[in-house]
Amino acid sequence: MTVLADTKVGQSGRVLQVEGMDDVAIRLLEMGLTPGVEFELIGIAPLGDPIEIAIRGYRLSLRKSEAARVTIELTA
Amino acid sequence: MPAKSSSQTLTVALIGNPNTGKSTLFSALCGVRQRTGNYPGVTVERKLGRAEFHHQPFTIVDLPGSYSLAPRSPDEMIAVDVLLGRLNVVDEPDAILCIVDASNLERNLYLVSQVLELGKPTVIALNMVDVARDRGMTIDVDMLRKRLHVPVIEIQANRKWGLEELKQALVETLKVKQTPPESPFPEPFQAEVTKLETHCEQEFGTPLPRYLVERLLLDTSGYLSHGGVREINDSIQTAISAARQRLASAGTPVPAVEAMARYQWIGKLLDGVVQRPSSRPRSFSDQLDRVLTHWLWGTAVFALLMVFLFQAVFWIAGPASDLIDWLKTHASNLVAAHLAEGALQSLIINGAIEGVGGVIVFLPQIFVLFLFIAILEDCGYMSRAAYLMDRLMSRVGLSGKSFIPLLSSFACAVPGIMSARVIENPRDRLITILVAPLMSCSARLPVYTLLIGAFIPSQRVIGVFGLQGLTMFAMYTIGIVTAVFVTLVLRRTILKGATPPFVMELPSYKIPGLGIVLYRMFDRGWAFVRRAGTLIFAVTILVWAAAYYPRYEAATNPSEQLRHSFLGQAGQFVEPAVRPLGWDWKIGCAAIASFPAREVVIATLGVIYNLGEDEDEQSETLRETLRSATWEGTDRKVFNIPVALSIMVFFALCAQCSSTLAVIKRETNSWRWPAFTFAYMTGLAYVAAFLTFQIGSLFVG
Repeated sequence: MTVLADTKVGQSGRVLQVEGMDDVAIRLLEMGLTPGVEFELIGIAPLGDPIEIAIRGYRLSLRKSEAARVTIELTA
Repeated sequence: MPAKSSSQTLTVALIGNPNTGKSTLFSALCGVRQRTGNYPGVTVERKLGRAEFHHQPFTIVDLPGSYSLAPRSPDEMIAVDVLLGRLNVVDEPDAILCIVDASNLERNLYLVSQVLELGKPTVIALNMVDVARDRGMTIDVDMLRKRLHVPVIEIQANRKWGLEELKQALVETLKVKQTPPESPFPEPFQAEVTKLETHCEQEFGTPLPRYLVERLLLDTSGYLSHGGVREINDSIQTAISAARQRLASAGTPVPAVEAMARYQWIGKLLDGVVQRPSSRPRSFSDQLDRVLTHWLWGTAVFALLMVFLFQAVFWIAGPASDLIDWLKTHASNLVAAHLAEGALQSLIINGAIEGVGGVIVFLPQIFVLFLFIAILEDCGYMSRAAYLMDRLMSRVGLSGKSFIPLLSSFACAVPGIMSARVIENPRDRLITILVAPLMSCSARLPVYTLLIGAFIPSQRVIGVFGLQGLTMFAMYTIGIVTAVFVTLVLRRTILKGATPPFVMELPSYKIPGLGIVLYRMFDRGWAFVRRAGTLIFAVTILVWAAAYYPRYEAATNPSEQLRHSFLGQAGQFVEPAVRPLGWDWKIGCAAIASFPAREVVIATLGVIYNLGEDEDEQSETLRETLRSATWEGTDRKVFNIPVALSIMVFFALCAQCSSTLAVIKRETNSWRWPAFTFAYMTGLAYVAAFLTFQIGSLFVG
């Protein structure tokens, strides 16, 4: 099971699911990380965290601990 | 909705995602006719403005920028309460104006979807169509209008285009009969909401707005059922849990069902409306971003910008404060020439002029810092700074968003604390505000310079490093280390809680709008003068009075007068308490006098040691005097290295700034936090100074 936190720069894929029902999960869903949406990993911050993804036409940054909640499938 | 005569003011709520140009639109609509205030119990600012369309007056309520109307904290609840008319400090809105970024429609429409469910007359302002076009997108606005069933007005807020059409749409939409909105939610969910609605009505007699009932069902973070909606009781709570169970088994679990339903609705809505080129062209903004978030170049640019920020403050602040000193001296001389010596002259020169000067001397650095911060915010770089620094900041329990507020506090805590508003999470924001004063600000520099210059030998240690430079560095480090410590303690004790999400948009870069940047700079500078300024002025007068009275007629010089004044007596009174720090009553006196504003300490030392008030930290005379100062009636020197260090450490950690405390009060909307800051910092300062002196004395022998 791959999670968003494990992807490498340049890879793209689709979100399968967001785990949890807490504040973090709700926020991820609100910002558009819903099942089926396409994303691309654009970059990783110099200190290794957070990461930057392209989703729904904009750029979103999130911590690896938050990206670990998002199960995905890679397409490229 | 009863028809309003055109002379009655229409209340319009303005809402939208962050980075959509909402502030620009608000300023463009209302100009200078804006008022700010507070909502009770929260730190969100209440912003109201006046606008007009052909004699129809509007009151526009600027709600904070948000991605979603799903409140999970008191600050977020304000927007919902205002929109539903549940607050009596603001009239229930007659219409809602929702601003949307055309280059980012998918995510922006999430909020729109929630707003439409409120069932109020709504107008959509479609901003930044030029940005969308630059990206190769085309938007069929007519189709969008038809599908949304609400007016969609194209605008460019920064060019002030489309504003009249917007106002016209607002007026006209109120005349149209509102049809109840279509819900994007699946049937099972809507059925549960209706059941819950009925249950609530049975419990309370009056119905809760349907939107709130929906939110209760969706809010798994627990905020709404534990205080957010005051009316909730156990029976409702059980009904909510049961409903959620049923929805989960039906395959439409809460909270995911909301995001999925809304984004599905958005997908259908935008199908055919937005044409995107098949591969998104690398816009200039994207290319710039590759450099600015690059591990090497990005960090380099960031470091340079931060250094520049500091330098800019010192370049401007130095000459500006010299200018102000010059003005003060001339004003004082003018007064002295026309007014006889006595209480009134002294009050004006040493009280009023000092007081006003004490306020104005802050303004150059405040303006520079706010200008810089406003430019960074408006061009979009601020979020990159938070992105780059987040790893470092989360090690100590904060987030990247706290970096710039804390860094700014090294110049002056006042703008630093005010810029903490960008931190959405209330607890992170509060911690940042509470530790910001520990960052050694520029007002502490004169104290360090004086004491290091007088008492620290200018030797070299470890190769190129001078002892004096190292001591200076150590003073700054003490502040940082203490801040880390205090943050960790606060997070474990009174400000406990889960780590808030860092999920953050990185908006496209844009050229900052001159108007909005200057407006922010003046607005915040003026806010400082108004709030903190009055306090500093009042306190300076008080300190003057404490040093001037009671009059000691037999005094042959100002030092003797000071000794017999209230201030002098206070200094002597606390002497037993400050002796363990290595201080005598004169140092105690200077410390007390500098509580309102630490810059005062140098001038006060000048007076105490009989050199007049014009000595500054570079003065050799003052340094010499301090070196030869002795304890009353003995030959024993007062000042030595441990004493000098203990004074510096005290100043490094103590909350000697009434402007900072005033700003904390304003930003936290309570007296509790400035009082807490004062207490904890003074306590820490005392203990640290004590330890420094005692341990230092062991070395000196």
